[in-house]
Amino acid sequence: MIAKLGNLCGLNAGFFVFRRNSEEEEEEEEEEESRCSSSTTRRQGKYLEDSPPSAPPMAQPLVKKDDDHDDEAEYSPFMGIEKGSVLQEARVFNDPQLDARRCSQVEATEVFFAVTKLFQSRDLGLRRMVYLIIKELSPSSDEVIIVTSSLMKDMNSKTDMYRANAIRVLCRITDGTLLTQIERYLKQAIVDKNPVVASAALVSGIHLLQTNPEIVKRWSNEVQEAVQSRSPLVQFHALALLHQIRQNDRLAVSKLVTSLTRGSVRSPLAQCLLIRYTSQVIRESGNNTQSGDRPFYDFLESCLRHKSEMVIFEAAREITELNGVTSRELTPAITVLQLFLSSSKPVLRFAAVRTLNKVAMKHPMAVTNCNIDMESLISDQNRSIATLAITTLLKTGNESSVDRLMKQITNFMSDIADEFKIVVVEAIRSLCLKFPLKYRSLMNFLSNILREEDCEFTYLSTQILHFLGVEGPKTSDPSKYIRYIYNRVHLENATVRASAVSTLAKFGAAVDELKPRIFVLLRRCVFDSDDEVRDRATLYQNTLGGDGSVVETDKDVKDFLFGSFDVPLVNLETSLKNYEPSEEPFDINAVPREVKSVPLADKKAATKKPTGLGVSSNGPPSTADSYERMLLSIPEFAKFGKLFKSSAPVELTEAETEYAVNVVKHIFDKHVVFQYNCTNTIPEQLLEDVIVIVDASEAEEFSEVLSKPLRSLPYDSPGQTFVAFEKPEGLATVGKFSNILKFIVKEVDPSTGEAEEDGVEDEYQLEDLEVVAGDYILKVGVSNFRNAWETMGADCERVDEYGLGPRESLAEAVNTVINLLGMQPCEGTEVVPPNSRSHTCLLSGVYIGNVKVLVRLSFGLDGPKDVAMKLAVRSEDESVSDAIHEIVASG
Amino acid sequence: MAHHVSCPAIKNILLLDSEGKRVAVKYFSDEWQTNSAKLSFEKFVFSKTVKTNARTEAEITLLENNIIIYKFVQDLHFFVTGSDDENEIILSSVLQGFFDAVTLLLRNNVDKREALENLDLILLCLDEIVDGGMILETNGPLIAEKVTSHNMDSDSPLSEQTLTQAWATAREHLTRTLLK
Repeated sequence: MIAKLGNLCGLNAGFFVFRRNSEEEEEEEEEEESRCSSSTTRRQGKYLEDSPPSAPPMAQPLVKKDDDHDDEAEYSPFMGIEKGSVLQEARVFNDPQLDARRCSQVEATEVFFAVTKLFQSRDLGLRRMVYLIIKELSPSSDEVIIVTSSLMKDMNSKTDMYRANAIRVLCRITDGTLLTQIERYLKQAIVDKNPVVASAALVSGIHLLQTNPEIVKRWSNEVQEAVQSRSPLVQFHALALLHQIRQNDRLAVSKLVTSLTRGSVRSPLAQCLLIRYTSQVIRESGNNTQSGDRPFYDFLESCLRHKSEMVIFEAAREITELNGVTSRELTPAITVLQLFLSSSKPVLRFAAVRTLNKVAMKHPMAVTNCNIDMESLISDQNRSIATLAITTLLKTGNESSVDRLMKQITNFMSDIADEFKIVVVEAIRSLCLKFPLKYRSLMNFLSNILREEDCEFTYLSTQILHFLGVEGPKTSDPSKYIRYIYNRVHLENATVRASAVSTLAKFGAAVDELKPRIFVLLRRCVFDSDDEVRDRATLYQNTLGGDGSVVETDKDVKDFLFGSFDVPLVNLETSLKNYEPSEEPFDINAVPREVKSVPLADKKAATKKPTGLGVSSNGPPSTADSYERMLLSIPEFAKFGKLFKSSAPVELTEAETEYAVNVVKHIFDKHVVFQYNCTNTIPEQLLEDVIVIVDASEAEEFSEVLSKPLRSLPYDSPGQTFVAFEKPEGLATVGKFSNILKFIVKEVDPSTGEAEEDGVEDEYQLEDLEVVAGDYILKVGVSNFRNAWETMGADCERVDEYGLGPRESLAEAVNTVINLLGMQPCEGTEVVPPNSRSHTCLLSGVYIGNVKVLVRLSFGLDGPKDVAMKLAVRSEDESVSDAIHEIVASG
Repeated sequence: MAHHVSCPAIKNILLLDSEGKRVAVKYFSDEWQTNSAKLSFEKFVFSKTVKTNARTEAEITLLENNIIIYKFVQDLHFFVTGSDDENEIILSSVLQGFFDAVTLLLRNNVDKREALENLDLILLCLDEIVDGGMILETNGPLIAEKVTSHNMDSDSPLSEQTLTQAWATAREHLTRTLLK
């Protein structure tokens, strides 16, 4: 019974909770029962005492019940009280704060008995809930007896809803013997004039047919009568039952279909059934195509003109699935499906495109008429519809459209459910057979899908391993990571295995005690199937000291393992290629540090090569770490000291101009370096000696110290030029700079790629550039803002209020201030809940000179659109707190 | 090719909140036997549909060989599940009936709070739409009427004697079981 209670739980949002008391109370009940009419008041009192003071609000019908109870308590004290306690439990059913943990195990039997007592009530709403619970509990036959007589009485009630519900409950819990007892009532109910009662009996008949077919089959006459009912749903239920009774009798089904297709079915659902039964008859009668006419086809075709969409669709679908359907038979069905394709309802579009997709597998020509409507579905918001449309087009379209469709599919392959990925793969399979010439591009598509997912995974793994190598040895118990890392050597591909070997070596170098164990593992890796993995293992064994003893690791070795590799890989590769084996060893210091742009022809060759082990640093670096490494590798900038912050790239040209230029501002303590990233988008031009002329007349405190031109800028191969300025030390100096790009243009012959000897000097106006206060603040978060705020103290606090004027929304105002200050939002306070009238946003950052800054912003709506803001700043330095206010005041 | 001579069958009807938690659910198929299987199905369906906009028209998708028709209003998510060879439009008529009936029963205040406070009506509503997978009624106003017709014939008398007799039988039965 407890298991059955589980079913009951499934019914509800949370879980039904029956807070039944202990056996002690049950004994009391027994006592009560024997005395039957005594001490009502005592129990009533107990009930009131028991009810929780903060009882949750109940649904209307149950509230009403409370009054009824008090009346009835007079009539039957025991029952009244019992109902009270059940009802008290029932309150919990509607508790909006239902909590699964409060769910206690209760004997469902007890609940069952308790619930059945509610039969006493006259309230129909309550009675209905009782029916529901009895059905969910599905009591055993022993217990069924208790409610049978009440239910049978309800079945004869004058209240139709009682009768309908009682029939459904009784048939659900009944067994064969009981069924014979009530059979007479059920037969009557089937032809009852009330449709709800008739439907209840018919649907119950459908369920009972599974368990007691011989009894239900005796109801044929009544069911047949009900098929003619004026109520659509009764007709539907009767037809379903009649067909199930006769389904093994082919002739009977055929007769049924013959008589009904003449047109007495009104209900759309019943009509759908009839269409299904008709198709069954067509299938079983075989193809009677001698006369050219399929029996009943006319009926199916006439259903295409039905007023109900579900009937039209059912008929169209069945026609498309007829055995050996001819194109003449298909055409009207395809026509209605085509109309559905442009419906505003997603369900209709989906149903139609899914059916047409299936038709296209066997009869692609029949679907070509829908191609235009199908094309417009490619951009359908519903991805399922879009995918089905594309794969249908792949089947029906010609060879020339394949490439375009493949491109569109690639765009959302990652968005769609696996079911649809299978649809796509199947469509591609059939395309391969249809267009052998396209075989190669289709296979490329498939292998790309596979490789991309694989690559993503490998990249992630190597990143994780790298991180573990740097941070793992610093933890309190580094040895516990070893096993996980070494597992990668067994389980992963060569790239990940090689990364794992490097990570192991880092542990060996950093933690001396682990060295012997690492050596054992590295020795095993020497037998790896991949040469890179073997090479790394051998290299690390030698660098770590060879004999595996616990010795201190050299500083040089640590630098080699942990230091950043500041030689650009491209340059190193070129130098190694040019190196002739000789007495003189290869000198890594002779390799140029400056990143040269790769000539076009070479670049193409380079991209064709598979990416080697590790992550190569082709292309301009973008993250803070790599910016720093790049700047350090340029001797002129290395002496500027530590890089404080690099801004996000700021575009200095409109999109799609001849030359695309953006700038990254690198802030040092005493200097600012502008890194101009330039791209030449004209294939017929080669630019040389590219330089940016900066006019700093509106940035008085900055003085230009150096400009580093870009030697050559070929088509579509980005390059960088730099301009450096000196500025007052440690101050957040701001200013505005205007820029002109100057260069020498050389014509390029597109066929040979050769540039002409002589060039023409030219210049190109770029947008202005500003260094703002936000450039001097680093986004650095704190884990606990409140703590940090308290710790910082109010010594250097500055508080002021600002009116921000009319704003689009509170969220927009918050965003603007965050961007202005360039600080890190903490604890998710950058998100403004919709419709809020006020908001507090917490920011943290580091100001130039390594001064920690915390900001608390309180926003409020002042009037319909006006936003007011209170800004509280705490930092380690008053002048910095003032500077933050200055940013806001001038922004 | 699938030949569906069977009746249209509904596998389940779900009413979830905006976090995918149950408000009321009813399963008619034994495809999901345990409560945890049901919960994980609900979580799966919710996560696959939550980002779509099913607020003006009912939306549809195919997940694990089931067709799911769904519609969102306020913080309530309505779902009807059927097998993948079912007529999509029939399934959608069930969803529409459920949705219309709930709207009427909650007097146009279709949100989670109102639904929980009238959970008894929602549960009765589910019971009046589908019985054991078989569609009972798809017309929203009729479903709502069946749920709320509490007071029709309210003054028809109940013969209390019969019920007292029923209780006598019950008690006798109980006593016999206890004495065993």
